[in-house]
Amino acid sequence: LTGTAVRVALFITCLNDTLFPQTGRATVSLLEGAGCAVSFPAAQTCCGQMHANSGYGREALPLVRRFVEVFGDAEAVVSPSGSCVAMVREQYPHLAREAGDEGLLRDVEALGPRVFELTQFLADELGVEDVGAVFPHRVTYHPACHALRALGIGDAPLRLLRGVAGLDLVELPEAATCCGFGGTFAVKNPDTSAAMLTDKLRAVLDTGAEVVCAADNSCLMHLGGGLSRQRSGVRAMHVAEILAAR
Amino acid sequence: MTDAARPFPEAAREALADSQLRRNLRTATTTIREKRAAVVAERDDWEALREAGRRIKAQAVRHLDRHLEDLERTVTTRGGVVHWARDAGEANATVAGIVRAAGADEVIKVKSLATDEIGLNDALAEHGIAALETDLAELINQLAHDRPSHILVPAIHRNREEIAALFRRHLPGAEGLGSDPSELTAIARRFLRRRFLTAGVGVSGANFAVAETGTVCVVESEGNGRMCTTLPHTLVTVMGIEKVVPRLDDLEVMLQLLPRSSTGERMNPYTSLWTGVRPGDGPGAFHLVLLDNGRTEVLADEVGRDALHCIRCSACLNVCPVYERTGGHAYGATYPGPIGAILAPQLTGLREHADLPWASTLCGACYEVCPVKIDIPSILVHLRRRVVAQGGAGHGRLDPERRSMAALGRIFLTRRRFEAAQTAARLGAWPLTRDGRIERRLPGPLKGWTAVRDLQAPPAQSFRAWWAERERGGGA
Repeated sequence: LTGTAVRVALFITCLNDTLFPQTGRATVSLLEGAGCAVSFPAAQTCCGQMHANSGYGREALPLVRRFVEVFGDAEAVVSPSGSCVAMVREQYPHLAREAGDEGLLRDVEALGPRVFELTQFLADELGVEDVGAVFPHRVTYHPACHALRALGIGDAPLRLLRGVAGLDLVELPEAATCCGFGGTFAVKNPDTSAAMLTDKLRAVLDTGAEVVCAADNSCLMHLGGGLSRQRSGVRAMHVAEILAAR
Repeated sequence: MTDAARPFPEAAREALADSQLRRNLRTATTTIREKRAAVVAERDDWEALREAGRRIKAQAVRHLDRHLEDLERTVTTRGGVVHWARDAGEANATVAGIVRAAGADEVIKVKSLATDEIGLNDALAEHGIAALETDLAELINQLAHDRPSHILVPAIHRNREEIAALFRRHLPGAEGLGSDPSELTAIARRFLRRRFLTAGVGVSGANFAVAETGTVCVVESEGNGRMCTTLPHTLVTVMGIEKVVPRLDDLEVMLQLLPRSSTGERMNPYTSLWTGVRPGDGPGAFHLVLLDNGRTEVLADEVGRDALHCIRCSACLNVCPVYERTGGHAYGATYPGPIGAILAPQLTGLREHADLPWASTLCGACYEVCPVKIDIPSILVHLRRRVVAQGGAGHGRLDPERRSMAALGRIFLTRRRFEAAQTAARLGAWPLTRDGRIERRLPGPLKGWTAVRDLQAPPAQSFRAWWAERERGGGA
């Protein structure tokens, strides 16, 4: 892929669409800034991750089919959510296989490699290092588990953050430890989730950062909700919003 | 796995409030994690070793029937006696029969998960046979009438003050004992030595059993295991059928993977290997009990059966952020932590421990360290689907979660319904929203969330509404 006029279909995710539109706006501005032609297929809804991970594979399957219908022809699909991209890449083939649907399996295996997490797409596919952002604040980065381990985006977000003017990037202690969100885990195991949140927030606060960022708003909703409840004065922000700051 | 377990969330809640437990677990898991990481980093062929380990176990389990028959033949040829046990009851009765026939009323035990799984000690007690645990941590648990809380470090939940108090109460000559670790081990050693020398029967589990030679292998740190397997006249080994490996050469790989993954050592202090019996050297009688206890049923699940590859190193426990906070007792099973969450329910055909597959955030740290590359997160998700499909763990027809998942599934199926739901969410949240957040504690499924976190409220304009406006030329 090259940086000139790559046609990108934006996979916004249901969560970002509904609760974090500013992340979507930042994503559009970053992709357009990198020379991509961005489209937003309005028929998209949800990738089915919550259903699939919570034990509702049967309910997830029609959403897998729908995703293939909506995005099947796209040159590249980009999303500001590591876990939703991991869902498409890692879990769609499992679900198609479990359902014994050979046609669907072929489709998802063909589509998967063209679905990218935003920072990985910018840094690794387009080779962008400096997005021209200015963000004069102390920031720490939490590598969300699915982006880190299921997807292996590595240090793509960090490379992009290092290019931001004025940004003071501080390392998060025990960064790779899960924040305790885990989708419905936060609701089904609320006490354990809260204990993990407490430890993660302690690590965040210890850095003295003003902002904790990640490449996934689901974890950030959990971290941000905790930070706000504690009146900590620390914000949770999606990496895309920092990278789009001028 | 003998007592009916409480639901995990409830048991975890209690464990999370135990400050002593939290501190012990944090210290112990952090230390062992760091040790493991250091010795694994020494090996530039670690990934190749893991892959070799995965292949050995996959092959062993795939042709389990053949390897077990080979093992039975080789053990028998070398003078051992092989017994097959379909379940815990059969295994316990077999062991009790062997002990009785040996004329003993006491056995000394090597640390063994298989015998915990079948509740051997209690079963022997019913036959008037006393079983003494000789692994230091297992002895501590036995004296305290407590259950193991970690696969490898079963008394991880106790500190040395508690242990000293226990020893003062139960061990001869321990009055006035301090809590210095070397003092504690010295008194336990004196107590155990006498029993090693007098016991007629030793009972062990097995880390590996080699089909081609009939060799059984036990790996340990304290030397108590070797005492048990060599001093008594009769030795009984209870092993799950999945512990068989085809060739002696396979141990070369396994014995490199296991100590680095479990204790963070290059090599463990004691590795005992024995093959049948030999006059004048070690026990005069050797019995091998091959335990099924649900394993054959696990084999039938093409995804779930990889759980049988586990070599019980416990690396997954030590890196698990859930285990690190709740400890092992909350899982209510012989096998706790990530491996327990996929093994314990499967061994009971998902009839028990069916909520354990949800005791994980699917963060993937366990898969990353597993020495035989068991994809634990994928198996957790797979088992969640099986449990829901069976209506287990509270997922019956009337379960509110099941109904809302079905409703959400329908909403996500059309653009019109999805957009209507976005509007409804915005309007519904509006009266509760202040500065873009919902700060009050809500009832129902959001109770746990709002107890410790504010809730993000839907803003006035969704992304898609912004995009539509931009397309019309009204936006930025």
